[in-house]
Amino acid sequence: MQTTITLTVDGQRRTATVDTRVTLLDLLREHLGVVAPKKGCDHGQCGSCTVLLDGRRVTTCLAFAVQHDGAEITTAAGLGTADEPHPMQRAFLDHDGFQCGYCTPGQICSAVGMLAELEAGWPSHVTRDVVSRPQRTPAEIRERMSGNLCRCGAYVNIVAAIEQAAGG
Amino acid sequence: MRPFAFERATDAQAAVALVADRPGAAFLAGGTNLVDHMKLGITAPELLVDVTRLPLDTVQEHDGGVRIGAGVRNSDLSAHPLIRERYPVLSQALVAGASGQLRNLATTAGNLLQRTRCVYFQDRTTPCNKREPGSGCSAIGGHSRDLAVLGVSEHCIATHPSDMAVAMAALDAVVQTQGPDGPRSIPIGELHRLPGDTPEHDTTLAHGELITAVDLPAVAGASAYRKVRDRSSYAFALVSVAAVLDVTAGTIADVRIALGGVAHKPWRAATAEARLRGGPATEEAFVAAAGAELQAATPTVDNAFKVPLARNTIVAVLRDLCTREH
Repeated sequence: MQTTITLTVDGQRRTATVDTRVTLLDLLREHLGVVAPKKGCDHGQCGSCTVLLDGRRVTTCLAFAVQHDGAEITTAAGLGTADEPHPMQRAFLDHDGFQCGYCTPGQICSAVGMLAELEAGWPSHVTRDVVSRPQRTPAEIRERMSGNLCRCGAYVNIVAAIEQAAGG
Repeated sequence: MRPFAFERATDAQAAVALVADRPGAAFLAGGTNLVDHMKLGITAPELLVDVTRLPLDTVQEHDGGVRIGAGVRNSDLSAHPLIRERYPVLSQALVAGASGQLRNLATTAGNLLQRTRCVYFQDRTTPCNKREPGSGCSAIGGHSRDLAVLGVSEHCIATHPSDMAVAMAALDAVVQTQGPDGPRSIPIGELHRLPGDTPEHDTTLAHGELITAVDLPAVAGASAYRKVRDRSSYAFALVSVAAVLDVTAGTIADVRIALGGVAHKPWRAATAEARLRGGPATEEAFVAAAGAELQAATPTVDNAFKVPLARNTIVAVLRDLCTREH
């Protein structure tokens, strides 16, 4: 079944007519040419396809595009440019928060979404008690970023980059 | 993947009618489990009815407790002040599950209805009575380290993978549904079922019956969730324990214990609870009660470790709650 979908992607209104079986990730990459989100596992386990969907970080491989008609999507490419990088992108450069770079656009979108969740006071598995406001500790950052895998193992520098972007 | 039609439901009644009339139709919420299963070829609906835009996305005080809309996202539920303050066990269970990205998509009802992560269920090339009734169980005698030790049958040893549902079981939650024959209230202990000789049925819901809300009654005492897993984050439970404990002057006024990772459903430890209620809140009593609960365990060689692990986790959680109570 074909369906026409309109999305705002990185500030631009985009329309495509696709099969209902097309995931949000495949719509972005294969139909709209937006290749910042990457296909890693395609089963929601690695986080490399993470974008901000209506402001929240989500994996795009486990979502049918048709369900998200009308949504606003920000990919890593929409956060900043090579000339004017987003503070999170700048921090990943400053701290070598990557090696091969394949997981990086997902890491960056996830980190931006994660800091907003922390700012909003959402608890995590390592928050000492769920009633009090969580602190921005390295342990909190690591736990909250556990949905983004890095096969190169750049985790130490990723945590340092996120700390810098969050304000030191 | 088989082609499918897509409809967006505008009200619960319409959603139920759309699915109930077609055996090949299914509700679609967050999609984190169903979409994966469609990719794996485990299920192939011909119609998906999107229920995420139904007005079922609020958490409100209700009848002395709290009513959780079926469409509330796991992240929103874990962060909700009413849940964090009154039902910390539920907030803890939610943040112990999946990843931040998945919790932003997954819904309350979808979490309850997620299916087992048994590797054979997810692998179409192997026999599995849950996926293909009558084909046999590859897990019995196969890779069973992650699988059930309580309430198993000769046809299936799958576990229910949810953390959230374990906390809800300890909280005596009531699941509200809308079906072709009208609304229904189901105590959470009666929502999921044991495999018996029909492991293809995870729950007692009828086809087309839609979960609309989960009600949590008021609860007295302290509560906590502890999850034991192979990694410290982003892994399913080997064993988990949700408990509510109310101690008055050293005596257990009320106790509720539910186990995850050990059975086809969130396992309410009724035997242990009955032994503890009205008795002393001591380490000895906790050990004896946990041991009594696990008397019924029938593990495989590979998952026998879960029996002492579950016993010790129950004791540890009760001990911690006891310390907090005083």
